Amino acid sequence: MFWESVLIALDGLKANKLRAFLTMLGIIIGVGAVIAMVSIGMGVRQKVETSIAGLGSNLIIVMPGATTPSGVRLAAGSSTTLTNADARAIGREIAGVSAVAPSVQRSYQLVYGNQNWTTNILGTTPEYLDVRNFAVAAGTCFTNQDIDTRARVAVIGKTVADNLFGDVSPLGQTMRINKAPFRVIGVLEAKGQSSMGQDQDDIVIVPLTTAQERLLGVTWLQNINVQADNPEVIDKVQEDITVLLRARHRLQSGVPDNFTVRNLAAVMATAQETTGTITLLLGNIAAISLVVGGIGIMNIMLVSVTERTREIGIRKALGATFNNILLQFLIEAIVIGVTGGFIGIGLGLAGSYAISYFAGWNTVVSPLSIIIAFVFSVMIGLFFGLYPARKAALLDPIEALRYE
Amino acid sequence: MTIVLRDITKVYQMGDNIVNALAGVSLDVAAGEFTAIMGPSGSGKSTLMNILGCLDRPTSGSYSLDGEGVAKLSDDALAVIRNRKIGFVFQSFNLLPRMSALQNVALPMVYAGADRHSRLEKAAHALALVGLSDRQHHKPNELSGGQRQRVAIARSLVNDPAIIMADEPTGNLDTKSGNEIMEIFRDLNNQGRTVVLITHEPDIAACAKRVVHMRDGKITRDERN
Ligand SMILES: Nc1ncnc2c1ncn2[C@@H]1O[C@H](COP(=O)(O)OP(=O)(O)OP(=O)(O)O)[C@@H](O)[C@H]1O
Ligand SMILES: [Mg+2]
Repeated sequence: MFWESVLIALDGLKANKLRAFLTMLGIIIGVGAVIAMVSIGMGVRQKVETSIAGLGSNLIIVMPGATTPSGVRLAAGSSTTLTNADARAIGREIAGVSAVAPSVQRSYQLVYGNQNWTTNILGTTPEYLDVRNFAVAAGTCFTNQDIDTRARVAVIGKTVADNLFGDVSPLGQTMRINKAPFRVIGVLEAKGQSSMGQDQDDIVIVPLTTAQERLLGVTWLQNINVQADNPEVIDKVQEDITVLLRARHRLQSGVPDNFTVRNLAAVMATAQETTGTITLLLGNIAAISLVVGGIGIMNIMLVSVTERTREIGIRKALGATFNNILLQFLIEAIVIGVTGGFIGIGLGLAGSYAISYFAGWNTVVSPLSIIIAFVFSVMIGLFFGLYPARKAALLDPIEALRYE
Repeated sequence: MTIVLRDITKVYQMGDNIVNALAGVSLDVAAGEFTAIMGPSGSGKSTLMNILGCLDRPTSGSYSLDGEGVAKLSDDALAVIRNRKIGFVFQSFNLLPRMSALQNVALPMVYAGADRHSRLEKAAHALALVGLSDRQHHKPNELSGGQRQRVAIARSLVNDPAIIMADEPTGNLDTKSGNEIMEIFRDLNNQGRTVVLITHEPDIAACAKRVVHMRDGKITRDERN
């Protein structure tokens, strides 16, 4: 009987193809919009997540200068409160730390032959590569011995290599940073843009002491990059660093920190929350069109029931029960919902592809959004079809037969 | 006794107006009888027929069909009885316009739960009985009035009911087609089926073995030919 009802319902739809399609259109657009909108939201989320993760896993960054409750750093970076000794103390005294990479950086002009290029020179230790997810593509990184001897060696990013050296292999070449000669001993693997659109390959890495003493002429640090052993200990390590540095800086209780400890997991969580809200918002706007589509189904089903009153009367006179008629019209509504849902999924996939292709946005189609949109469209067919179907099934056979 | 009606009334309330469409009808119809119901317009023939055909329920009184009291059954129970026990033929044919003759005839078997194969087989057989084997795939609007009514009769036969009821089956037909239709009813009756039909025309009523006359919702005369 169920399949009979499906066939009868399909027949009813076939009799009025254009109308069935127009009714479906609401659902098609609704489902398509939900999938495309959620894919945009998920795309933003994925992009933010990968770029944050690209900074390094389990990363904690210590910066000089205080943070106000609103998150604005006061005089950060220009402050001179972090020292090499602080960095060493963190590595030595805090449990759960797997690597510490102190760093300083400043922009300088590089010269090679008749080419020049201005970029950030970063002074740090070899651990920096691990902590910030850099890898050496060719050559080697400098060693701790180079740090002890303030060696004039450099590891350069892909962008620098391309712009300064062109076709020449940079390895073993000598370039000048702020007029001092440096030998290129390694080229980094390309990392691409960061979440802020920064070129992460436009960088030159030199030994920390070389940068501090030969280039900047300072003894303090701008950053201490700390890698925790695993995500579980990050919060603990962050706390321990704060306690340790307050003690080392001899800050009385009540005096605010003169440094800032940032935890990337926390940054990530905030970002996820934000992108989640965006996704939800986009999805909700799209869902409204799905509901509007459902109302369209109800409207057409009501018209269809009135129009087919006589048919219902005949079917009832020949022995159709309440359930037979209910099922016939309910299935018609659900078929509209399901078919519209399927076409809408196709439209949504095509839409999110088109958005990423033409607008260049990152879109991620999540299977969950497809399933939810589809189930939703079936439910809408069911919900908005129920009232008209019940109305049809409750018709009195005599009155229905008399209907002109 | 196949049909036993006792003191059937049917009252319609139209605002302040009360219409006694049936004012106490008692009627027995034995299995195999061929009964015609006659009477002037508005005398309650169709009302009575709808009750006999389980399309409607009386306001009061009892109706037993094949020994089963049906006056108080639920809508769905009545639907099952209409489907299994009664073949109904309407004055205006009441065929579904989008379906072929064969599909129209097979429709009652859909609700009887028969599988597709046996449905079409029986429908073709029923169409053959009314002489329309060569019109199986015609839509109702591709058939003449007489042919449409024969399709409707085939449909009333397809579930093999004991009783055939017809409300002015020849009312929309010319005399020749009407006579052909009556021929079919006579054959059906000769095969042992109970036939009850409504008519205005004495010629048609003359085909029946028994004629029941009605006026103002009451039976006034009950005669056997
Ligand atoms: N649904 C209804 N509501 C109100 N009154 C009704 C209804 N159906 C029938 N009637 C009334 O009941 C009476 C009997 O009607 P019925 O249709 O049974 O007459 P009939 O004998 O079949 O007449 P005809 O020969 O014209 O078909 C009429 O007076 C009619 O107006
Ligand atoms: Mg009548």
